[in-house]
Amino acid sequence: MEAFTTHTGRAVPLRRGNVDTDQIIPAHWLKKVTRDGFEDGLFEAWRKDPDFVLNQPERAGATVLVAGRDFGTGSSREHAVWALQNYGFKAVISSRFADIFRGNSLKNGLLTVVLPQETVEALWKLTEADPGAEVTVDLVERKVTAEGIEAPFELDENARWRLLEGLDDISITLQNEEAIAAFEAGRPAYKPRTQVA
Amino acid sequence: MGRTLAEKVWDDHVVRRAEGEPDLLYIDLHLLHEVTSPQAFDGLRKSGRRVRRTDLTIATEDHNTPTIDIDKPIADPVSRTQLETLRKNCAEFGIRLHPLGDAEQGVVHVVGPQLGLTQPGTTVVCGDSHTSTHGAFGALAFGIGTSQVEHVLATQTLPMAPFKTMAITVLGELPEGVTAKDLILAIIARIGTGGGQGYVIEYRGQAIEKLSMEARMTICNMSIEAGARAGMIAPDETTFAYLKGRDHAPSGAEWDEAVAYWKTLRTDEDAVFDHEVVIDAAELAPFVTWGTNPGQGAPLSASVPDPASFADPGERLAAEKALEYMGLSAGQRLRDIAVDTVFVGSCTNGRIEDLRSAAAVLRGRRIAEGVRMLVVPGSARVALQAVEEGLDRVFVEAGAEWRHAGCSMCLGMNPDQLSPGERSASTSNRNFEGRQGKGGRTHLVSPQVAAATAVTGRLSSPADLADVPTAVEV
Ligand code: SF4
Repeated sequence: MEAFTTHTGRAVPLRRGNVDTDQIIPAHWLKKVTRDGFEDGLFEAWRKDPDFVLNQPERAGATVLVAGRDFGTGSSREHAVWALQNYGFKAVISSRFADIFRGNSLKNGLLTVVLPQETVEALWKLTEADPGAEVTVDLVERKVTAEGIEAPFELDENARWRLLEGLDDISITLQNEEAIAAFEAGRPAYKPRTQVA
Repeated sequence: MGRTLAEKVWDDHVVRRAEGEPDLLYIDLHLLHEVTSPQAFDGLRKSGRRVRRTDLTIATEDHNTPTIDIDKPIADPVSRTQLETLRKNCAEFGIRLHPLGDAEQGVVHVVGPQLGLTQPGTTVVCGDSHTSTHGAFGALAFGIGTSQVEHVLATQTLPMAPFKTMAITVLGELPEGVTAKDLILAIIARIGTGGGQGYVIEYRGQAIEKLSMEARMTICNMSIEAGARAGMIAPDETTFAYLKGRDHAPSGAEWDEAVAYWKTLRTDEDAVFDHEVVIDAAELAPFVTWGTNPGQGAPLSASVPDPASFADPGERLAAEKALEYMGLSAGQRLRDIAVDTVFVGSCTNGRIEDLRSAAAVLRGRRIAEGVRMLVVPGSARVALQAVEEGLDRVFVEAGAEWRHAGCSMCLGMNPDQLSPGERSASTSNRNFEGRQGKGGRTHLVSPQVAAATAVTGRLSSPADLADVPTAVEV
């Protein structure tokens, strides 16, 4: 996983709440068996509309998505995170994320930043008025800055450390091999098994 | 201080706990399907890792599988590749798979419980948000993403951040004609699609205790639509009776030992929930959705709400957008909404009791002219049982299509889809824009309401059929 320290880029204001993962990447894209190539499926239905914010030429190359409340609800598909990343987004800002989406994004190095709704509004206003405005998401200092805006955000220390170091969860867990084996030795025999060992 | 059911199950699975880190939890059962697993297997291969516990892992094919002509090659090459990839991966890593055509194939959340693999006090995960279904047994069951699928395959554990606890207590008894689906739709309308965020919900109270296992699964299944991490119901005699004798349920002395443990899985009297909601069952009625998220629902007897009536600006905007997408106008009576398609199936309502209750409404009746009705059993075994009970004939004679098991029109990854502008009454769990096919409009309903709607061609409950005589005696 790529490490995330600080990132500066132009933003896309997405004035919509409750953006579910079916909107982020529709189900028919889920048939792919790779982790890349999902960029064209991102917000596919909305992108048919020429006025949709992502279609505006001045938004090309933007890397920070500023979305409404409850972003990433619905299906657990990690493809939603891959689609955002494949498209070029490095960070998503919202006042609330769905749990599974947030977990998925942090595992893939896509930073999800929770800011108060007023700050989200301020970022919307700023980036709508000036599409060239840059937004900095600083994980080291744990704050988001843009013209006239400075907003601290929280992220639990463990998730932050993993992101900063770009550490993959599996290798961290496998350092606990002994604890896992000990736990397994103590599991009751009545627990279900799918195969006869 | 006492602990809640969810906390007890969690505590019993902690492999490692360290200050400032998420707990490392042991996973008892890992369910796989073709959509969210290929990239996880790929990851294992790239890092030279194996599957740690193939005996705690099981796979089935459901999302892409066709529901007709299942003996013919799958027409869509991409769907075919995804199924073939799962087959190859399961063979390579030694995982038990129930492929299309197998007697145990079906929607993953129908298959686990019916094999007796889902048991009280276990941790169950799957790369699928509706894993919450399994919480009906008093299991701690949650959906995970593909990275986590890879993590569980490699380590049989998951680092998990703590959750908050919510109790939803349903007092009294559900009135005649009101089902578990109506109850959960009403709950989501009440607490909202984000209301369960960060919580594990425990459903309790007299109305819940009276529910069958299948109805409990319907409730827990849709916990995720309220944004919850998981839903749970304490195991009791109903749970034990359901499990007894199933393929993978314990037997002999192990059964007694297991039941003794299962009986301890109740929230302690002095345990404190972070949040409590109380619902009076007596006030409930058949419930349907009018919008594009599962929280946008109302009693069938109501009308489409006026967006202006929502105090919250976000909700108002969402309602406006939903009405536009759904092609509805404020004030329209829900009972006047005509549908093109009726879908009975999915992990929410594709089990045998669901098919029985839909069939009971249809028996001796015909579905309305111009309405297409699809009945898709949740698993091959459910289908078999339905055939044994003659339910398939009831459906066919009523004019419905009887299909093979799978997710089907719940998400339209296979050819079962709505066309743009088409409207459905569906027993599935999501009415998101385009969920059942691009431009398709979905009303979530119970199996009974689905069947009655098929008969009249408009959103209806069985009570509305009093004037529609059963023409033929079947
Ligand atoms: S039936 Fe629908 S909700 Fe259930 S697993 Fe299949 S696609 Fe998901």
